[in-house]
Amino acid sequence: MSLAKLQVPDRRPQPLPTDMASLEAWFDRRLEEQLAQRAAAKTRSLAIIATKGTMDMAYPPFILASTAAALGWKASIFFTFYGLELLKKDLSIKVSPLGNPAMPMKLPFGPQWLRQMNLPIPNLVAGNMPGFESMATTMMEQTVKSKGVASIKELRDICIESEVRLLACQMTVDLFSYRQDEFIPEIAEWIGATSYLAEAQNADVCLFV
Amino acid sequence: MEANQTLDARGLNCPLPILRAKKALNGMPAGDTLKVVSTDPGSVKDMEAFCAQTGNTLLASQLAGSNFEFLIRKS
Repeated sequence: MSLAKLQVPDRRPQPLPTDMASLEAWFDRRLEEQLAQRAAAKTRSLAIIATKGTMDMAYPPFILASTAAALGWKASIFFTFYGLELLKKDLSIKVSPLGNPAMPMKLPFGPQWLRQMNLPIPNLVAGNMPGFESMATTMMEQTVKSKGVASIKELRDICIESEVRLLACQMTVDLFSYRQDEFIPEIAEWIGATSYLAEAQNADVCLFV
Repeated sequence: MEANQTLDARGLNCPLPILRAKKALNGMPAGDTLKVVSTDPGSVKDMEAFCAQTGNTLLASQLAGSNFEFLIRKS
């Protein structure tokens, strides 16, 4: 075998194909390459709407937004209606099994067999016994702590620290006669539906909680 | 498992091990390694997804006794 026959990779720019079919195939391939490059370079974004102010419904927005920020995504949460409670300086959110029939009622203390037992509370009791909601909240807080799950306050602080944009609904403040100074100063903007849609229109992931 | 820095995330649950790992990596120079020790079984898949998304390299992921150990190299 002579040296001249050895295969040497050709690094010169390839001339464009001249016939239509090859040209189209070339174009398709380049387009795929370009799109893949752009997708890889894109910063992902998450836009969540938080509408509930109970402890159980506070977890999903704060957990997902803080995690997205840790992944390098741009994340925002739009707090509207009861969701605005989650932005109060005085964060006193509660949880109740009343109207929440799937909520397990389990003791955060005692022997393991007792902890695993579900103790359903009739609505008649949950709705009428004074202090029941506070008790259920305290039990949930203890459960959260004993399982190493972050508190809402802790997750909110992490969101603030990792630059999750906290957006608050201006209309809700007027509707429920809140004052802006009841809320944390880290709120990025007070906005309405129009501004929110502009904010969310390019989000890769958009969730309603 | 030798690492430049170790993060004890034992007893913490989702998403705290990931958030703490991210925070620790932020303060480290590129190329350094971080060892994360956790007890959260969910962190096994989450740590893989975290590294895949952030471009850091998951050098090892293993069970050590009742702990999960991860070795991450910062990109």
